Amino acid sequence: MKRSLFVFVLIALVFSLPQTGKAQCKGFAKKVCKAELYPFIHDGNYHAAILTEGEEAELYKTFYSDQEYRVAICGSVGLPNVEFQIVDAHRNVLYINRNDNYTNTWDFKLESSQQLKIVVKVLKAGDGTEEPVSGCVAIMFGFKIK
Amino acid sequence: MISSLFRLKFAKVLMLIIISALVVGCKSGEKGEKEPEFDVDMQEIDQSLFDNINQAKRVFYSMPSPLETAMLVRSAGAIYNEDLLNSLDNVGNYTTNRSMALNLGIYTCDLSFASLYDQTQTSISYLSAAKKMADGLGILDAINEETLERLEENVNNREVIMDIISETFMNSSAYLQENNRQALSSIVLVGGWVEGLYLAIKLVDQDSFEGNKLVDRIVDQKLSLNIVMKLLEDHKNNPDVADILIDMNQLKAIYDKISITTSEIKTSFDEETQITTLESTTKNNFTLEIFIELSTKVESLRETYIL
Repeated sequence: MKRSLFVFVLIALVFSLPQTGKAQCKGFAKKVCKAELYPFIHDGNYHAAILTEGEEAELYKTFYSDQEYRVAICGSVGLPNVEFQIVDAHRNVLYINRNDNYTNTWDFKLESSQQLKIVVKVLKAGDGTEEPVSGCVAIMFGFKIK
Repeated sequence: MISSLFRLKFAKVLMLIIISALVVGCKSGEKGEKEPEFDVDMQEIDQSLFDNINQAKRVFYSMPSPLETAMLVRSAGAIYNEDLLNSLDNVGNYTTNRSMALNLGIYTCDLSFASLYDQTQTSISYLSAAKKMADGLGILDAINEETLERLEENVNNREVIMDIISETFMNSSAYLQENNRQALSSIVLVGGWVEGLYLAIKLVDQDSFEGNKLVDRIVDQKLSLNIVMKLLEDHKNNPDVADILIDMNQLKAIYDKISITTSEIKTSFDEETQITTLESTTKNNFTLEIFIELSTKVESLRETYIL
């Protein structure tokens, strides 16, 4: 009986681990990354994932003409720098935060509506001999109300 | 002997459980595990950009949220018309996951639209309607009594109201994603997006079609429709999503008649405001004829979603 209970609790714990990670990611996005958007209004969308050093993510979004946007890309504590690029449909890199000391926000506006790609990469820290670090990376957008 | 055999078996079972859980954990993330193709359906654009996304580990398709959709209608100069909103009398009609998800998006878009025009009482009523949809979907605490009270206390503070709407929407979509209900989350987004498109179409003054900013917004939705399709295709094994994908394909057939050409983007950074402007020009061949066809389709889709 005790063994069955132990196995049940263990199973429950093991299967709840991924959900805990996701919940932590939501908390991080909500408490830390959303604050980076101020004074822009958060659009309400939620994009976050656990990424490991060297891992990449891509996001596709349409941005509209005559709107001011702020993109905030945040990595949780302990992660190395998170690099991001904004790429247009002609594959031109419009912005890369490496040139701005890996700042986690970028403000922009558009003269015509565009579909853009945001490429996010968690850089590798150290010489690669240590265990790679993983953490939450959130991508959030804010706009100004006209 | 029997005891040690049992222990060995137990250890193996335990190992299997842990490995299974880790596999589930790895696969239950965002929809980025696939290696989708992506096409921008615009002329004069190098489509191969989007064919080369296989190296990426995670891919997100970000649709405009109901709040952003409503803001786009507002910023295009549309005049508020409460008669266009989905009636609150319909709340009780939504009993399936599909209808509740669609109408969570629709009511959130209507709520955002009303709030952007400072329609306080309407905003409170539509937040309650959105709460009922969220509750019906089992989304815990996305919108609670405290949220409603906070809205009532800040009826004259648009910034706080916008914050409440964005937070409640984030809570809902995050909850669905965390609980492996991404298909429903995408349906919510489609509901909000279709409602925004419906509002924009209904608010266009056909007598001033040329140079109408709202018309430009409707054309721009061709770009978002690509993202809608990709997002839904990721969950097309879900029968509700598969149904909505058919609807979106019908919409796409009309949008395919519009061609958009865009010049190369040049960036210009303003030191004073710290804002970069993406300079480019765009042209399209949208006609009143296509607009009428599109209007008819959007109205009929929206009608089926709110019934």
